[in-house]
Amino acid sequence: MITETKEYMSVNFLISQAKNIQIVINENAAEIEALDQNIGDGDHIFNVQRGLKLVVELENDIKNLPLQKGLNMIAMKVLSGIGGSSGALFGTFFMSMAKTPDLDKDINFKKACEMVITGINAMKERGKADVGEKTMMDVLIPVSEKLNELKSGNTDMKEGLSEIIKIAEDRMLGTKDMLATKGRASFLGERAKGHIDPGARSSQLIIDTICKSLINQ
Amino acid sequence: MKKFINNVDDFLKESLNGFGKAHNNIIKVNFEPNFISRNTKTKEGKVSLISGGGSGHEPMHGGFVGHGMLDAACPGFVFSAPTPDQMQAAAEHVDSGAGVLFIVKNYSGDIMNFQMGAEMYSGKNDSIITNDDVAVEDSTFTTGRRGVAATVLVEKIVGSLAENGGSLEECKKLGEKVNKNSGTMGVAFTSCTVPAAGKPTFDIGNDEMEFGVGIHGEPGRKREKIQPSKTIVNNMLEAILDDLKPQKNEKTLLFVNGMGGTPLTELYLVYDDACEILKSKGIEITRSLVGNYCTSLEMQGASITLLKGDEEILKNWDSPVHTAAMRWGM
Repeated sequence: MITETKEYMSVNFLISQAKNIQIVINENAAEIEALDQNIGDGDHIFNVQRGLKLVVELENDIKNLPLQKGLNMIAMKVLSGIGGSSGALFGTFFMSMAKTPDLDKDINFKKACEMVITGINAMKERGKADVGEKTMMDVLIPVSEKLNELKSGNTDMKEGLSEIIKIAEDRMLGTKDMLATKGRASFLGERAKGHIDPGARSSQLIIDTICKSLINQ
Repeated sequence: MKKFINNVDDFLKESLNGFGKAHNNIIKVNFEPNFISRNTKTKEGKVSLISGGGSGHEPMHGGFVGHGMLDAACPGFVFSAPTPDQMQAAAEHVDSGAGVLFIVKNYSGDIMNFQMGAEMYSGKNDSIITNDDVAVEDSTFTTGRRGVAATVLVEKIVGSLAENGGSLEECKKLGEKVNKNSGTMGVAFTSCTVPAAGKPTFDIGNDEMEFGVGIHGEPGRKREKIQPSKTIVNNMLEAILDDLKPQKNEKTLLFVNGMGGTPLTELYLVYDDACEILKSKGIEITRSLVGNYCTSLEMQGASITLLKGDEEILKNWDSPVHTAAMRWGM
């Protein structure tokens, strides 16, 4: 059974996750930048770093707000402060999470899964990308599918989260041998092969960080 | 990195400040959200044209705001698409009620952000997407070709139609025609350096060039040894002609665009080579544009754009324009 005593989604949860993610992304910034310079245009890491900084800086403005308001403020900050594909996609993620019904009630694990699934679906719609196209969606879509399974099944939460960590890592590594068909890398054809997609790597690091912190909660 | 910079984080803001001061007779720079607009109100009934994209391609797009071209431009950070609130605010600022046409270069980030901006704007609006770069193949599996230098031509030609009372539908139709009739091919000798990155985007040998380079330093078709200009230009034109397939004696506009770090002297040499090669193929050049219009920071290199121009296109090309980067007829 899924235990319901922990915190899975709140404004404070989001802020503390953003802080954790910021540390991990900064530690891996050079690697992500190098990946992007191989197949993209090199802006991805700066956009992700700028976005995380903006969200972390929002703490005092949003820490006492209800979840829906907090999410909307994060969405607008991300949308107006980042630019590039990352800004549009992550902005869309938070904006659609904020539209999940009943956010004023207690958020249990199942509800948190629903929110993330809604967010990832909206990103998929916005970016018109699916799995197999060498983008961050190669990591996010399988994660969303696993969350869907977890929220309706009886898997132990920690076990489920460990599986998600594994899925994200496998899918991230799997982008290495793909031909890109979306994003800047798509212009390269065969030349993009052999490089992990930078968006897939940053998304995997984000998922890894959140899951590990939930497991250790 | 050697650049005129005070603080990397202020790079864009300070550059926009200078642009606003230098051209305050034509334009006004609005901050937070950032957009450049004409300093006059849009005429009643005139369709507004808004473009934008990452910075670093100057004078595109801010340098094309003014009479006969754009009504507003939304600059993003260097090589990063602008954000939806910029497009929304620019549209609200310039629209006189006749609607807004967004001119968007074909990159995932630009498309998504412009789409969201268009969704957030409540007035009548439509978009055209430029994808003139013939370096990379269009296929059902890709987001398609990149939008590059022909965007300048689209903005000038559609800008003229909008100035002369063209409807939103007519402007969109003409823009799509100009885009479809254009082909561009670029070559780079050196990399550009994004200020936030502090180092060159790609490594390239002293004797090498990137054939088919993108305007963000993205790799193109192949890396090869540098060759005499005539050979390079011939290869560039071949790629364009393969794609455009102009008729014999078809009228064209030949646009030689600098990437930012190549002197005009060389661009004119490229123009000369291109003229000779096109002449030998029976293609008539009736209009020209040579200069740095769609740049890639300090990259050395150039692109060639060929536009097949019918009467409507040429008439709108010739009409008066007064912007920071392009001025004639007034």
